[in-house]
Amino acid sequence: MDPALFRSSLSVWPSFLLVSAPVLFDYASQRVPRCSHSPWIASQENTMKDTDIKRLLYTHLLCIFSIILSIFIPSFFLENFSILETHLTWLCICSVFVTAVNLLLYLVVKPNASSKRSSLSYKVTRFLKCCIYFLMSCFFFHVIFVLYGAPLIELVLETFLFAVILSTFTTVPCLCLLGPNIKAWLRVFSRNGVTSIWENSLQITTISSFIGTWLGAFPIPLDWERPWQVWPISCTLGATFGYVAGLVISPLWIYWNRKQLTYKNH
Amino acid sequence: MRLGSGTFAACCVVIEVLGVALFLRGFFPTPVRSSARTEHQAEPPAPEPSAGASSNWTKLPPPLFRKVVIMLIDGLRDDFVFGSKGVKFMPYTTYLVEKGASHSFVAEAKLPTVTMPRIKALMTGSLPGFIDVVRNLNSPALLEDNVITQAKAAGKRIIFYGDETWVKLFPRHFVEYDGTTSFFVSDYTEVDDNVTRHLDKVLKRGDWDVLILHYLGLDHIGHVSGPSSPLIGHKLREMDSILMKIHTSLLSEERETLVPNLLVLCGDHGMSETGGHGASSVEELNTALILISSAFERKPGDIRRPKHVQQTDLAATLAIGLGLPIPGNSVGSLLFPTVEGRPVREQLRFLHLNAVQLSKLLQENVPSYTKEPGFEQFKMSERLHGNWIRLYLEENNSEVLFNLGAKVRRQYLDALRTLSLSLSRQVAQYDIYSMLVGTVMVLEVLALLLLSIPQALSSEAELEVPLWSPVFSLLFYLMFLVLSALHVIVCTSTESSCYFCGLSWLTAGGVMALISALLCAVGSALAKMFADGKFLSKNPAHPKARWSELDVLILLGTTGHVLSLGASSFIEEEHQTWYFLINTLCLALCHEIYRNCFLRDDCEPQQCSHVEEGFVSPAPALQDRSIRCNMLEPHRVSKGPTSLDTLRGYEKWMVLASPWVILTCCRLLRSLNQTGVQWAHRPDLGHWLTSSDHKAELSVLAALSLILIFALVQRRCSLTSKVAMALGLLGVYCYRAAIGNVLFPWQRDSKDISKGVIEARFVHVFVLGILFTGTKDLLKSQVIAADFTIKTVGLWEIYSGLVLLAALLFRPHNLPVLVFSLFIQTIMTKFIWKPLRHDAAEITIMHYWFGQAFFYFQGNSNSIATVDVSAGFVGLDTYMEVPAMFLTAFATFAGPVLWASHLVSFLSSETSGSALGHACFCYALICSFPVSAYIILVTSLRYHLFIWSVFSPKLLYEGMHILITAAICAFFTAMDQTNTKS
Repeated sequence: MDPALFRSSLSVWPSFLLVSAPVLFDYASQRVPRCSHSPWIASQENTMKDTDIKRLLYTHLLCIFSIILSIFIPSFFLENFSILETHLTWLCICSVFVTAVNLLLYLVVKPNASSKRSSLSYKVTRFLKCCIYFLMSCFFFHVIFVLYGAPLIELVLETFLFAVILSTFTTVPCLCLLGPNIKAWLRVFSRNGVTSIWENSLQITTISSFIGTWLGAFPIPLDWERPWQVWPISCTLGATFGYVAGLVISPLWIYWNRKQLTYKNH
Repeated sequence: MRLGSGTFAACCVVIEVLGVALFLRGFFPTPVRSSARTEHQAEPPAPEPSAGASSNWTKLPPPLFRKVVIMLIDGLRDDFVFGSKGVKFMPYTTYLVEKGASHSFVAEAKLPTVTMPRIKALMTGSLPGFIDVVRNLNSPALLEDNVITQAKAAGKRIIFYGDETWVKLFPRHFVEYDGTTSFFVSDYTEVDDNVTRHLDKVLKRGDWDVLILHYLGLDHIGHVSGPSSPLIGHKLREMDSILMKIHTSLLSEERETLVPNLLVLCGDHGMSETGGHGASSVEELNTALILISSAFERKPGDIRRPKHVQQTDLAATLAIGLGLPIPGNSVGSLLFPTVEGRPVREQLRFLHLNAVQLSKLLQENVPSYTKEPGFEQFKMSERLHGNWIRLYLEENNSEVLFNLGAKVRRQYLDALRTLSLSLSRQVAQYDIYSMLVGTVMVLEVLALLLLSIPQALSSEAELEVPLWSPVFSLLFYLMFLVLSALHVIVCTSTESSCYFCGLSWLTAGGVMALISALLCAVGSALAKMFADGKFLSKNPAHPKARWSELDVLILLGTTGHVLSLGASSFIEEEHQTWYFLINTLCLALCHEIYRNCFLRDDCEPQQCSHVEEGFVSPAPALQDRSIRCNMLEPHRVSKGPTSLDTLRGYEKWMVLASPWVILTCCRLLRSLNQTGVQWAHRPDLGHWLTSSDHKAELSVLAALSLILIFALVQRRCSLTSKVAMALGLLGVYCYRAAIGNVLFPWQRDSKDISKGVIEARFVHVFVLGILFTGTKDLLKSQVIAADFTIKTVGLWEIYSGLVLLAALLFRPHNLPVLVFSLFIQTIMTKFIWKPLRHDAAEITIMHYWFGQAFFYFQGNSNSIATVDVSAGFVGLDTYMEVPAMFLTAFATFAGPVLWASHLVSFLSSETSGSALGHACFCYALICSFPVSAYIILVTSLRYHLFIWSVFSPKLLYEGMHILITAAICAFFTAMDQTNTKS
């Protein structure tokens, strides 16, 4: 493998630890109660918001980091790995990484640990339901891509993996945060429907992933004959950039608008 | 002056049409020409150069050939002769190319690859401008110096049979001619038989010098069924036998006279993979060119590969071959192999004549011609030539003479190539002044439209047009004076031709007055808006405008589309942009529907049931727009209360499913016709259907589509027009069966193919009848003021008449496009626009987007080649310019026109009040936005590499589109007027 790449990926590792340590610490120690109906002290609200935003930022940095890792780690194990040439492999790896990080964060952070019933069977059915929902969303996206003009018979695997990665960026966080609950999803994705900064950031990242995908389709008709114009590379890259941009933007946006944002709690 | 929004918009679009027309006139330049045109004949030919020694050869060299036969086969692509098809279907020609006394070339045509400019290029050797495409249908006489005129002046007797275009180009040039019209594209046997029937007689006679035959059948086959059709093979075999006949006859004559004759086989342009032409793909540009004469004898084993040459080279070669002066505007160089067999002195003389002519053309068109490499090469070779002549006259050593001669020849050939190249690269000058005036007009109108948005879309849909007060203001007169002064200065100072300066002073003054009045209007509107803005900012109660996601999408989509016009690939693939946009629109609508239904269900169940119940309750989230707060009165859908329960469930499901149904329809339509450039070669359903093996499937599909069209259209027609519609659609099927596109179930083989004139006229009568009934109803509704339904029915009848006309003109495989268009309109009307209560502006823009998408679903693209010319001759016996133009334009723009007329009928039936005015205003605005932006883009990209192949055709399409928009807006305004009166 390329030594320069190896060095760069080595230098990435410590920063990963640096980022992840405070996050994990943060979640383990400060579990601030969220659902405070009584707004007695405004300052406490503010600090809560600030810590929440900080936690949000750290989780998002972890997600971005997982995407960066998915670019560099496979080159240790696989010959001739590059995003453009072995695009499908990268799609699978990236999808697995992002899902894993999301699940991990969900288990550690539990942004809305409000489920009262927590029997094992309930958890198992919930998990299975989530899996089904994920698969359904993959097929749903696949259908939408075909409706948008993706070839119906050729390149099925490419289109499907594109659907998988888009589901990873959008459906997986939704499933982690909201659970398999369509009503809640519709609520979050309509105007004035969000009830916490987590949902707000979810809204932003999901929408920016979609917009990234949408914009990613633009270069396809251009006659530049570049390798990244091949279906579906430009779209998957667009989705990834959109997702990363959403991850970066949402904490900043929430921090910027923290004065105006008031969430009514359920 | 107070005007309704609709009237105002219509006036604006009309002015815009004027501006665009002026721009187009300036943009499509008349190509640069040699100034010596008429006096050319008097000019003596250039004498042979001679250094010191006196040469006595000052006359033109004698003709090389006694008789010349030019056999021009329209659309003869190079691989039809030199490829596998040629080997298979043209054995005699292949023999001549491989072993016979011939020279074969691949002649590259220049843009535009349409017949008339190509004939001009072949005969004058010059490069006709792009605007010749537009003039293609009514070709005026060719005034330029050309081979035919020269030949006639030299007393040659010319006979012509074939495409009528020649007769129009060269009136009174032929001693005998028989022109066939090229407009019945579906006829490919008779046009050629009309040419061949004279052949036997003419070949026996000896009283002619030049015979020109123009065969159209091959091109017609290409238009109808593409280059891979089996008909092509038959036609090529026929052409081969004709060639053999001519050649043997010429050979037998030569045996008596002992002077060689020349037979030229050539194509005017190629044929794209879809069978059209006009654009710049390699298949359209490369044509076959074969010169056959016993003078070109070759030794056995002498393999001559077809060389790549320019099409313009033929003119110079023909002139030399006939002993005529080379046409003055010719940019071609002599095809040297044709004179290879002559003595060296003659060869050099020919090359010198050609080089002198080219350098003269260069001197007239390039100011710094002395610095051109070609000119320097020419001067050097002329010097060397002189030395050679001196040596020759001194009868020097033959070895030295031969070597020097070879050197001079090489020099000349190099010089000719360079000169020809630099001349063809000379792009004609744009008429910047006319372009600028046109642009200013268009931009002012656009600014006026943009500034009057708030007023025009207000609830009363009227606006104060500040036109009269500024006319009497000082600013107006100042502007007028300044502009007139500028006009005088510009027109007196420029040397290049300028269309706008050529106009009469009165017209120019009128245009100037219009421009300054518009400027004043824009200024006063701007001032007013600032004043209003200050007022509003002082008034805090004014609520901030909120935009729904749909509005944002519409705005972004429009802007994005306009910006995408700057890239040539996006123009070539514009259909992708529109498909992408309407898909996104459908998904946005889907989101809106789902949110409305489920969330309402969740929190306000009461309201949701209301929504379902005929969708009466207002959707507050969607209506809180202050700018577009038009008061759409809910026009209640009457429903029987008994079937409410079942209907409710069914209707709800239909509402939820409708975006997906529409998306599926669009996906199906997208795979019907592959258009554009990059993916045009991909297999599509349209090609599958039109191939001759699937005639039965096509017949079933066409019949089914016609039945569905009837089912979708008839529900709102009166009984008379229902019957007329049914008969008309039956007539459409009969017409298609008559011209052999589809089959009747009882008719197994297609034996007699007619032009189907009677059947088509039968349908035309019904179209006119339905339109007449509709107009009558509209007039009646104006008289009987209160009757609202009559007007609705009348509008729907006009709409259905247009649908019937489109059904007649569309190719049979395109009939599903019409069905899906009607189907989508029905679904959108029933389940989306009514329940979601969009306002008139949004509905208009959705109609516009869908209209644009359907323009491309029909198989159109932004290249001239996809215009279906055959639509213009449905039901016409002879070529009539005005109806043919109208029918072609309607068939091409059927998508946008049908959607716009649906918009009129929908809005006037569903809403009342100001909706039509708003719709007209929005339609005008959204159409003029891309045009104005594109004009500016094209002006800035006028030296782009693809300006002729990509940007110019699109400009023509945009010009046509704005003209049609003007017609639509006028129709809107008329409807709006009747509305306000009633």
